[in-house]
Amino acid sequence: MSKEIALEMRHITKRFGKVVANHDVNMEIYKGEILSVLGENGCGKTTLMNMIAGIYYPDEGQILVNGEEVVISSPKDAFRYKIGMVHQHFKLVDVFTASENIVLGDSGEKKYNIKAVNERVLGITKKYGFNIDPSKKIYEMSVSEKQTVEIVKVLYKNADILILDEPTAVLTPQETKKLFSVLRNMRADGKSIIIITHKLHEVLEISDRVAVLRKGEHIATIDTKDANESLLTEMMVGAKVELNIHRSEPKDPKVLLKCEHLTSINDEGIKVLDDISFEAKSGEILGIAGIAGSGQRELLEAIAGLQPLNEGAIEYNNPKNNEVVNLRDKNPLQIRNLGVRLSFVPEDRLGMGLVGNMDITDNMMLRSYRKGKSIFLDREKPRNLAEQIIESLQVNTPGVNTPLRRLSGGNVQKVLVGREISSAPKVLMVAYPVRGLDINSSYTIYNLLNSQKENGVSIIFVGEDLDVLLELCDRIVVINSGRVTGIVDGRTITKEEVGLLMTKSRDEEVENA
Amino acid sequence: MLKNKTNDKEPLFHVTKRDDVTFSKAMGIRAIAVVAAFVFCMILALILAGINPLKMISSMFSGCFGTQRRIWKFFKNLSILLYISLAVTPAFRMKFWNIGAEGQTLIGALASVACIILLGGKIPNGLLVLIMFVAGVLAGAIWGVIPAVFKAIWDTNETLFTLMMNYVASFTVAYFLLVWTPSGSSTLGMLSYGWFPQIIHEYFLVIVIALILTGVIYVYLNYSKHGYEISVVGESQKTAKYIGINVKKVIIRTMTLSGALCGFAGFLIVAALDHSVTTQTVGGQGFTAIMVSWLGKFNPIAMFATSFLITFLDQGAAQISTEFNIDSAFPSVIVGSILFFIIGCEFFIYYKVNFRHKAKNMVTMAASENIVKDEETLNNEALKQENKTAIDEAAHETTDVQDAKQDVKQDTKQDINQKAATLQENNGKESEQ
Repeated sequence: MSKEIALEMRHITKRFGKVVANHDVNMEIYKGEILSVLGENGCGKTTLMNMIAGIYYPDEGQILVNGEEVVISSPKDAFRYKIGMVHQHFKLVDVFTASENIVLGDSGEKKYNIKAVNERVLGITKKYGFNIDPSKKIYEMSVSEKQTVEIVKVLYKNADILILDEPTAVLTPQETKKLFSVLRNMRADGKSIIIITHKLHEVLEISDRVAVLRKGEHIATIDTKDANESLLTEMMVGAKVELNIHRSEPKDPKVLLKCEHLTSINDEGIKVLDDISFEAKSGEILGIAGIAGSGQRELLEAIAGLQPLNEGAIEYNNPKNNEVVNLRDKNPLQIRNLGVRLSFVPEDRLGMGLVGNMDITDNMMLRSYRKGKSIFLDREKPRNLAEQIIESLQVNTPGVNTPLRRLSGGNVQKVLVGREISSAPKVLMVAYPVRGLDINSSYTIYNLLNSQKENGVSIIFVGEDLDVLLELCDRIVVINSGRVTGIVDGRTITKEEVGLLMTKSRDEEVENA
Repeated sequence: MLKNKTNDKEPLFHVTKRDDVTFSKAMGIRAIAVVAAFVFCMILALILAGINPLKMISSMFSGCFGTQRRIWKFFKNLSILLYISLAVTPAFRMKFWNIGAEGQTLIGALASVACIILLGGKIPNGLLVLIMFVAGVLAGAIWGVIPAVFKAIWDTNETLFTLMMNYVASFTVAYFLLVWTPSGSSTLGMLSYGWFPQIIHEYFLVIVIALILTGVIYVYLNYSKHGYEISVVGESQKTAKYIGINVKKVIIRTMTLSGALCGFAGFLIVAALDHSVTTQTVGGQGFTAIMVSWLGKFNPIAMFATSFLITFLDQGAAQISTEFNIDSAFPSVIVGSILFFIIGCEFFIYYKVNFRHKAKNMVTMAASENIVKDEETLNNEALKQENKTAIDEAAHETTDVQDAKQDVKQDTKQDINQKAATLQENNGKESEQ
């Protein structure tokens, strides 16, 4: 491997108000290598990369490309220096084809010729082993195909330095493998690839070197061959972290929630839920696994009374008086008034579970403000609850009057989970509860869920990280395109088996049956 | 000096978002904007109209507060504007863009006048005023609730809908004026029935009720369960549904209130001030109210201040026009410029402009000579910010935990040491002393 430096950062500092996002970062990437940038959420990985890609402009420091100092003040500049970034959230026009998206913004002097573009796109895909149809429209594509379009788009503009922001977050294990083989092909071709990630095993698998950031600072860059998971975690967190999730045997499990044949058809006529049946028992954590957008959100929202059902029944067995009530076609308020102790931590924390512009007290009040006959609000009890949660869950906030949007993702999640647990639920639904959280906060959440489980709560856990699902859950429901493709034991199943169930198509199912 | 070459390529300035602005700092920026606005307008007056700028400013003040009559008139105008602004605010807090206050107020005025024409002289005045009040409020509420129902059920665009309702109201008034004036003049004289009681001064009650209403709406929005629901629906309908708020009900209820308050303003205009109605009775205040509400950040107390400002500009501009005998276009230019500065300064409250390092000194030097005043203050501020040592910043930092603070402090110290070291290298002997 040649040791020629492709890009170098010197003393890069970036501040947002009083927050220092990056402080005096020095880093370099060689030609023909894959560099992982590792760090917890909020440590400044994405900010740093955005400065190379021309989205932000550094407050201090220099960037050198091929040994020459450059000024990158727009993504166009970045392309001029052959730097391209694939963002975590795709920036594609849905109604355009792959090729149309790829040439978008390319102000070449040549006349626009879709045939030539298609040929060049095919040339690139062939060279690196992609699999893509240039004339397919984006809205017809799967997440992994969209990602491929984004990468080809960058390569089409002759980028030599590629930055990929959390590329595997949305992929299944199989798709990830495919992506990694493509990346290796690109490395062999002399491209420099920077991968932002917080998944340790992927770092170890794909990269040549790992740069670790912590709280905006570059801790160290080490060769991957010298690294292991616990060493990297220690570098990321700054302290030793126990990486095992405790899993106790369910005690005296009783069926609390029974979903039968849930079917829901959305406005476009697509079956978002297709004959889903499962049981949730007290004292166990039931995992729900699936590729993003397989119906997880709709399923939880259907149980919470937010997603209308076309068929099926949701039966709640009230442990107090053994009464069975059907939750179907009831709104959240009616469900609550039936005495159903159901709590829900939705995926969209600030857009659904909480209000970002309100302070912690007012957010506590969301569930309880109706209490009492007075037409005025009682802020006393919510404030006490807020203070209690801040103390017991160690929420890092200036005070109860701070608007939630000022808090970091982990603290926001603690507030939300804290509020939902405070009403002593019997069934607790959580959707992607650790998304965007640092390792310590994640483990705080896992521990909270486990202690709820030990108290006999039935927990429904929708997760994306299969490793965590397999470590935490007692049983796992795997869904794909709104259908249950398997209900498996979390203790015995392997990651690959779950991955297969996640991608199992209906045809295969029919064949197997 | 080392990196001369690269600094040339660096952009002149870049904009960063301020994290947190203290109240006093925000008010400081606004004060600078107001001063800058007046300075700018004085220059305009001198160049465009050849008016003595100081005289122009003093004529604005005398137009508003010069005589007792003018002061009463000023607060009356302020009150009417405040009524309508208070009326649109609940809807705005809900992010329901009701730009139909003009029509809702006008229809309230029309309903009140209709009561006078139908019942005037036939029933006691007190009863008539009461009926006018009910009719005006009801008419405004109906005008407000129609677009709300359509929005709640079919998700129609409330902005277009409420805007169109303005024209319907206006032409309804025109129609009834034709009906009520047999001569066909379409001008209704001052009606002698249905006058609102007057104490102390003809405008006194109007002003007092406006102040009371400000307090009531403030409490309603911030301390009542309804107000809380309005805020939640406005921030996120998804959150509202998630906690079981009936979003449709809240939309309809709030717009009924908004329309009813407009109707109340219309009733007051008729019963206490105009005693008549024309298509111009509201005179665009339904639209000005939108600006008052926005500038006041939907806070009724702050809206008192913004309606004060707008009324001052309006009445002051009219005075300039009469006193200097110039076309009313010029005062409009003045009002527009002042508003531009005041609205524009909000940008500087949320964002900070960072100038490029090398140019810093040059720009400030030049600023004192030929760059307009507000830019100069900005530069100074940027300079002050830059000059604050990194340690100061770390000390102020409140977001991170203690050890993180120490980390940053230590590192900034290191950073400074490093910088000092490089300086020493560069400057050789000089810095060794």
